[in-house]
Amino acid sequence: MLKNRVLQFLNRRGVVEVISLCVAILIWEMVAVFVIKDKGILPSPHVVFLTYFELLDLMPMDICTSLLHFAIGLGAGAVVGITVGMLMGWFKAANRALDSIIEVLRPIPPLAWIPFAIIWIGLTHSAAGFIVFIGAVFPILINTYTGFREVDKTYIDAAKVLGCEKESKLIRLVAIPFSLPYIATGIRVGMGVGWMCLVAAEYFGVSRYGLGYRLLCIFFPLQMMDKVVAYMILLGLIALVLDRVFRYFVEERLLKWKKGMVTQ
Amino acid sequence: MNHKLEIRDVTKTFKTEEGELMALDRFNVGVKPSEFLCIIGPSGCGKSTLLRLIAGLDEPSSGAIILDGKELKGPSPDRGMVFQEYSLFPWRTVLKNVTFGLELQKMEKQERYRIAKEYIELVGLKGFENMYPYELSGGMKQRVAIARAIAPEPSILLMDEPFGSVDAQTRNVLQEELLEIWQRTKKTILFVTHSVDEAVYLADRVAVMTARPGNLIKCASIDIPRPRKRTSVEANEFREKLLMWLSLERSKVQD
Repeated sequence: MLKNRVLQFLNRRGVVEVISLCVAILIWEMVAVFVIKDKGILPSPHVVFLTYFELLDLMPMDICTSLLHFAIGLGAGAVVGITVGMLMGWFKAANRALDSIIEVLRPIPPLAWIPFAIIWIGLTHSAAGFIVFIGAVFPILINTYTGFREVDKTYIDAAKVLGCEKESKLIRLVAIPFSLPYIATGIRVGMGVGWMCLVAAEYFGVSRYGLGYRLLCIFFPLQMMDKVVAYMILLGLIALVLDRVFRYFVEERLLKWKKGMVTQ
Repeated sequence: MNHKLEIRDVTKTFKTEEGELMALDRFNVGVKPSEFLCIIGPSGCGKSTLLRLIAGLDEPSSGAIILDGKELKGPSPDRGMVFQEYSLFPWRTVLKNVTFGLELQKMEKQERYRIAKEYIELVGLKGFENMYPYELSGGMKQRVAIARAIAPEPSILLMDEPFGSVDAQTRNVLQEELLEIWQRTKKTILFVTHSVDEAVYLADRVAVMTARPGNLIKCASIDIPRPRKRTSVEANEFREKLLMWLSLERSKVQD
């Protein structure tokens, strides 16, 4: 009887997830308090939690600044990545002309661009945006390109027979809607990479605010490890929220027709 | 004779790595107005190639294709086509799939919705207008494809093994429905198939093709009165004849 009740409880949505999360936090608390005993090396979760109250003044401005850097980089990455990806996917000549250049540039770690970001753009928000851009643009470009290459020839033929002959129309009415899921995937991956670049992009002091700037340039030098952890968690949570919001809007609204085609 | 569509001395060669491949060799056939012509032949005999040429998706290497007295150049909405594979745009609803061709004719939104709904009803899918293709069965998808192809009022309908990938029962139903649509709209239909049964049930006339290079070996009228019974004696006799022509062709290839 009792065993059945417990199983039933566990089967409910979210129960196992919450329990495992609580257990993880509990283990962290135990290790921090009873084993490490030094909050300079491992701050315990309850200390981190309390730290947030001290950070209430700082957080809004830091979050906004970081989101600004992120938006600049992601926006530019989407515009450039989608445009170039579409050109390369549709026109063979563009692919041949650009492919080698991209393959040379792509493996360069985004952070290696920091010197040029500073020299070209100066210590501005756009310089941080530039690093995010370098991180985000390639996944968006490659995915858009793949989408355009995969357009089923039958769809093109069907559109042509129905009177859709101009290439610009075939792109607009067939290739773009077909590639939307690919482009969406590219943007999602690009968002992830861009967010990772963000923290380092703020390290070189483009502004007096920003999550990465605060974490690396203020908290860490002052050995405020509880605040470092608080900002780390904040960085993770914001990325999670961004991803969920994007998925909601794109998958629920834009890609309704894909439902049931992708395995859940 | 007054032909709706005339294929005159059409040759089509493809360049491959091993040299040139001749898919059609001086092919000739005429289709009368409102006729239901089936083209039958073994796989790879160039019947799909022929349809693609008529649709304007490929160009003949030589010869001419004449529709309503004018030589064809490139695709245009005066020829509708239903493809073998599912060719519905998966990102569009049933309604929007059917309006696709009408949109390109710059027709007003209300007008094209009205026409599209008529055709959706004609193929028996009233009530499914706002579904996406993934929500439909194979037979329903091909019905939408037919509606989409005839909504812009083409003067000829080209069908490339349209029922090849649905199950046998659905296939029979779709064939009956197609005949009904044909009788109601009086469209000229050019129907490619490799099924003898399908040809005997549907066609006014059947053209039998040889393989590589594709050519016509036989063109025969099927004078069985409609509505036809699949299992009637006449149908069986004709089937027998068709099978014989096709097997003669096969043995020639093997020699």
